[in-house]
Amino acid sequence: MPAPMPVQFLDDQGHRVHVFNDDYPEPSSEQLVAAYAAMVIGRRFDIQATALAKQGRLAVYPPSRGQESCQVGSMLALSQDDWTFPTYRDSMALVTRGLDPVEVLTLTHGSAHCGYDPRANRTAPQCTPLATHLIHAVGFASGEQRKGRPTVAMAFVGDGGTSEGDFHEALNFAAVFKAPVVFLVQNNKYAISVPLSKQTAAPSLGYKGIGYGIASEQVDGNDAMAVLAVLNKAVAHARCGEGPVLVEAHTYRLDAHTNADDATRYRVSDEVDEWLRRDPIARLEAWLRHEALIDDAFVESVAQRAEAFVADVRDRMSVDLAVDPMSLFDNVFATPTPQLLEQRAMVEAELEAEEASR
Amino acid sequence: MTLTASPETGASPAAQQVTMSGAINRALRDAMTADADVVVFGEDVGTLGGVFRVTDGISRDFGEDRCFDTPLAESGIVGFAVGMAMAGFRPIIEMQFDAFAYPAFEQIASHVAKMRNRTAGKVNLPIVIRIPFAGGIGGVEHHCDSSEAYYAHTPGLKVVTPATVEDAYTLLREAINDPDPVIFMEPKRLYWSKGSIKSALAATTFDSFGRAAVRREGTDVTLVAYGPSVDVAMEAASAATESGWSVEVVDLRTIVPFDDETVVASVRKTGRCVVIQEAQGFAGVGAEIAARVQERAFHSLHAPVLRVAGLDIPYPPPKLEHFHRPGVERVLDAIARLQWGDDPDTRFLTSASKGGDA
Repeated sequence: MPAPMPVQFLDDQGHRVHVFNDDYPEPSSEQLVAAYAAMVIGRRFDIQATALAKQGRLAVYPPSRGQESCQVGSMLALSQDDWTFPTYRDSMALVTRGLDPVEVLTLTHGSAHCGYDPRANRTAPQCTPLATHLIHAVGFASGEQRKGRPTVAMAFVGDGGTSEGDFHEALNFAAVFKAPVVFLVQNNKYAISVPLSKQTAAPSLGYKGIGYGIASEQVDGNDAMAVLAVLNKAVAHARCGEGPVLVEAHTYRLDAHTNADDATRYRVSDEVDEWLRRDPIARLEAWLRHEALIDDAFVESVAQRAEAFVADVRDRMSVDLAVDPMSLFDNVFATPTPQLLEQRAMVEAELEAEEASR
Repeated sequence: MTLTASPETGASPAAQQVTMSGAINRALRDAMTADADVVVFGEDVGTLGGVFRVTDGISRDFGEDRCFDTPLAESGIVGFAVGMAMAGFRPIIEMQFDAFAYPAFEQIASHVAKMRNRTAGKVNLPIVIRIPFAGGIGGVEHHCDSSEAYYAHTPGLKVVTPATVEDAYTLLREAINDPDPVIFMEPKRLYWSKGSIKSALAATTFDSFGRAAVRREGTDVTLVAYGPSVDVAMEAASAATESGWSVEVVDLRTIVPFDDETVVASVRKTGRCVVIQEAQGFAGVGAEIAARVQERAFHSLHAPVLRVAGLDIPYPPPKLEHFHRPGVERVLDAIARLQWGDDPDTRFLTSASKGGDA
């Protein structure tokens, strides 16, 4: 059963509290300091990507500002050999994982679909059809277990995605096969415009694991210490063969669904202001400073790293990437069918004619 | 693993008389013996051996790790296979009946078909999705659909359907060896048909994909058919000799990849063509074949390419299905309408006379 209230270690001001967290060891100082740095860099990256979308450099960008604890905590809880199965809104998590930010943004840049090598990065392609990738994570984790490898799969879904049939099939399969999967529900309160109240009548999305026999928990998703504590334990639980875990993280999408969306049509700014006061970075920073784990110099150095990080992204995204029309015919099949070869020849002839007429 | 536990097992090099379901069972066993990564799963495929007994004894002989029952959820089964394939397995999954595969359509169309393309070739999915399809067995509603066109219309999927016992074995072995996903459509009416196979335990080279088979040679008319319609075509071809027509029968074997070459060569020779499919005709595979033939062999044709297809109705109840399924008489009628004289027979094409003044 999930805790009756979201597990919390730090209150909105960053004071250490004890809200249903007795079962969870406090994360190490090293992990917390790393989380702080990654959240600062991640937020800066997210803001930069939104700016690139507004400038037309990206076709679209689904931001995750405000969800930094979930984005970062989930990745820091994993080992290098684990896999993650992200959605389109989890770019910050992938950057935290160490993926090349330009490769992460390839999808929305529009020059290709998945811009990174999923195998080399142990990260599935960012998934657009909601919840459909959760069952991939289950099959993958079960496959790894069958091959005797200690891999854990971390699968992301949002509050809206929990209404999809594949969410439920994934939970059920994971439980039946005892697959080492951690399902992280980032409940950011909106599925584009539809609020949580119209999405579910469940007391908490974490409760959806109960019927499937899955260990479930809910956590304050803006409390990085709590997210790390819960996910550290969830990953360990999955890795040692105890089966899957469902974690609902209560957080908030501060920005619109994408740059193409207008959030003022469905929510009031007072609500956003209220969540701004629960800022995950400020909370953790306050506590780390109180514990003298970080100081002004460290905070300044992290800010500089963040600026350098996005300067590199800006520089590389400002170059128009070449696209090859002939690549359209690659990778439909390992070996193109005769029909694809005919169509390839047609496009090639069109391009040659175009070139000749210049 | 006991390879001699079943009468259908054992590595006899001599040709064996088996049913089509026995041939498929044998192909599964041989592939599993040849490659430890080949696994079979789905609904009732374990202990029961499948509702058509196609997987009979496999779970017992190869163990539950290699052949297992899953929860009853088709989308979950396909999605689980995607993950298993990503972990290095070659899953062969069973959709119990054609119409029961529809819940899995999103997984098939959005993920199975696209993964290689989305990941620029970094992740391929060697998955075989076995689907018993079409009618003629007195099945009640939702058990007899001809769903091949949905899959053939989806880029990234190979669509295979055997018409003979021997092909059922070799095409399935080839499907399992294929680096890309294959929709393997088994004409359920032919499960009990008999023929001979040469079982090959080693992963020998199979090269039937994209190669149609000329089942019967003729000089006057080409009948193009696949899967459950090939035996109808053969019977019609025999009957047509009584009217003095020499009929050639082309069995596609694979709808994707499509063998334009063999089909067009045959039509160029005969000058007339009838396409037969059990599926409803509108916007079906037969329409594609007819279009391809007239695009490539227009000047060889003495008459329009005609289609003999199922009616454009939901699959009928058992006592009415023989009116729906194309039979020998309807094929012979179509042959008779191939403008052997000067007057086109447009009796059932009333709209032809309403298309404006001639």
